[in-house]
Amino acid sequence: MKKGNKRLIISLVIVALLYAGGCLIEQTAGTKSMVVTVLQKGAVYALIAVSMNLLNGFTGLFSLGQAGFMLVGAYSYAILTIPMAKRAAVYQYYNGGWVQFTVGFLPALLVAGVIAALFAALIGMPVLRLKGDYLAIATLGFAEIIRAIVQWDTIGPLTNGSNLLKTYPTLKNIMPGNTVLFTFIVVGVCIGLILLLINSTYGRAFKAIRDDEVAAEAMGINLFHHKQMAFVISSFFAGIGGALLAMYQGSLQANSFKSSMTYEILLIVVIGGMGSVSGSILASFLFIACSEWWLRFLDAETVLGNFKVPLLAPGFRMVVFSVVIMVVVLFFRKGIMGDRELWELGSRRAAKGGRK
Amino acid sequence: MSLLKVTDLVVSYGGIEALKGISFEVEQGQIVTLIGANGAGKSTTLRTISGLVPPKDGRIYFEGRDITDLNTQKIVETGIAMVPEGRRVFANLSVLENLRIGAYLRKDKEAIEEDINYVYDLFPRLKERSWQLAGTLSGGEQQMLAVGRAVMTRPKLIMMDEPSLGLAPLVVKDIFKIIQTLKETGMTVLLIEQNANAALHACDYAYVMETGRITTSGTGDELLASETIQEAYLGKTSKK
Repeated sequence: MKKGNKRLIISLVIVALLYAGGCLIEQTAGTKSMVVTVLQKGAVYALIAVSMNLLNGFTGLFSLGQAGFMLVGAYSYAILTIPMAKRAAVYQYYNGGWVQFTVGFLPALLVAGVIAALFAALIGMPVLRLKGDYLAIATLGFAEIIRAIVQWDTIGPLTNGSNLLKTYPTLKNIMPGNTVLFTFIVVGVCIGLILLLINSTYGRAFKAIRDDEVAAEAMGINLFHHKQMAFVISSFFAGIGGALLAMYQGSLQANSFKSSMTYEILLIVVIGGMGSVSGSILASFLFIACSEWWLRFLDAETVLGNFKVPLLAPGFRMVVFSVVIMVVVLFFRKGIMGDRELWELGSRRAAKGGRK
Repeated sequence: MSLLKVTDLVVSYGGIEALKGISFEVEQGQIVTLIGANGAGKSTTLRTISGLVPPKDGRIYFEGRDITDLNTQKIVETGIAMVPEGRRVFANLSVLENLRIGAYLRKDKEAIEEDINYVYDLFPRLKERSWQLAGTLSGGEQQMLAVGRAVMTRPKLIMMDEPSLGLAPLVVKDIFKIIQTLKETGMTVLLIEQNANAALHACDYAYVMETGRITTSGTGDELLASETIQEAYLGKTSKK
């Protein structure tokens, strides 16, 4: 027990240092620098990836509906927080829209999660009776349906149809100059809650369901109840993640929440390791850094002296990126972390697959 | 009054009757075994009692209470634990976590800790491997863990589905010793076995199943002495 406490303190200190580091980088490099973009978007993706890992890695439910729940969260947040004065301009095609009130960004973040969770509870009832690939197909389908409905003209006064939602509070104007700190705090609290859940009795039941459904049921674990719980909680945090993504982007359009976004997150979860929270976090930052920053030079036409470097053209970045991912998947079969956590690496037994 | 009483149980899988109306009783504190060939309906019987498969007809009584329509969770709560066929331990959880899953429905924290120690006393091998992932244990150790996990639910009746399946003969001996120990601590055991010889030696009472029906019953010694049983299940040919 004492050893556990010591570990906890060390972990907290490291987290605090990382927060301070992120903060410092923003102060020195400026909010518009590439590092800060990577830190912001990486943190948002980390939360979404961990929420997906809770479902796919810890409960063994192969769900591909994450983009749908992010969309619900993002839209809920934006619709609730657009200032009254600007509603007429944003909803210009719909006479200023139906919603005629504004709430603060913190309650809106929470409500975004709750609404996403409600959607999950409704969708989960029919869908969670399916298993494996069928579940994946059904959740993917529902995510696409959500995206189509949001763009439906009839509910345009609520969602602004296929037009942009904008002028809601974004990262830049909530805590100017401290955007990284704000993102880190929200994401940190959410991931902390997920970690507490995973290490509770419920988390253990989730893992039991993942390992063997029949045996879990024979032990008296109510399968549907627990699957529904994992699904709803995962979607709650995906909703908050979506809202944070909306804050990061500054404007919002349903069309950007395509299934390819779910695949990106699935990729992060797989690369980080199914069943490893720290793996998902690590992989998010690496993924975002690669796709947004480190490989950017590949998109620019480069001329060295009189020699024009071949292949370097807009879009080539994605080719190299795909190859990098293939290499990672080939050499780290179980992802960077497997199903271990960063804080377990120190102990000798962890390497053998146990914990002490 | 018997602890478990099954009357005229009928179970069908999509029109095919796996159980065609079986009745049997398990007395408190005994080891009762169901033996029979593949497809006789032994596993179906256990799965139906634990609520994993709904019966088409018939009733199941536990301590005089009708439990036929309860769900698995409620049935585990009333005190029936199952050790599933093929062990089915949670491979990616540690031994300790597996045991804690067994106590999932219990809220009495201190008693749970006591019971974990009790299981470790029963199986010292598990204690040594407390932090190891269950998937890395040997077959025999996994079987011990599956039994330990069932004991963690504090059952009055423990049902075992083919505990000797796929284990080395020496390990099978150990498993039957464990079953004897469980009986000595006051538990009732309902045992399903293909290894008729070992099961009949261990049990107090036995039922023989054939294609969905119970054909014979008797004490272990009676059945061991019966010629038809010897021919059909113990591999002895009668001299003519």
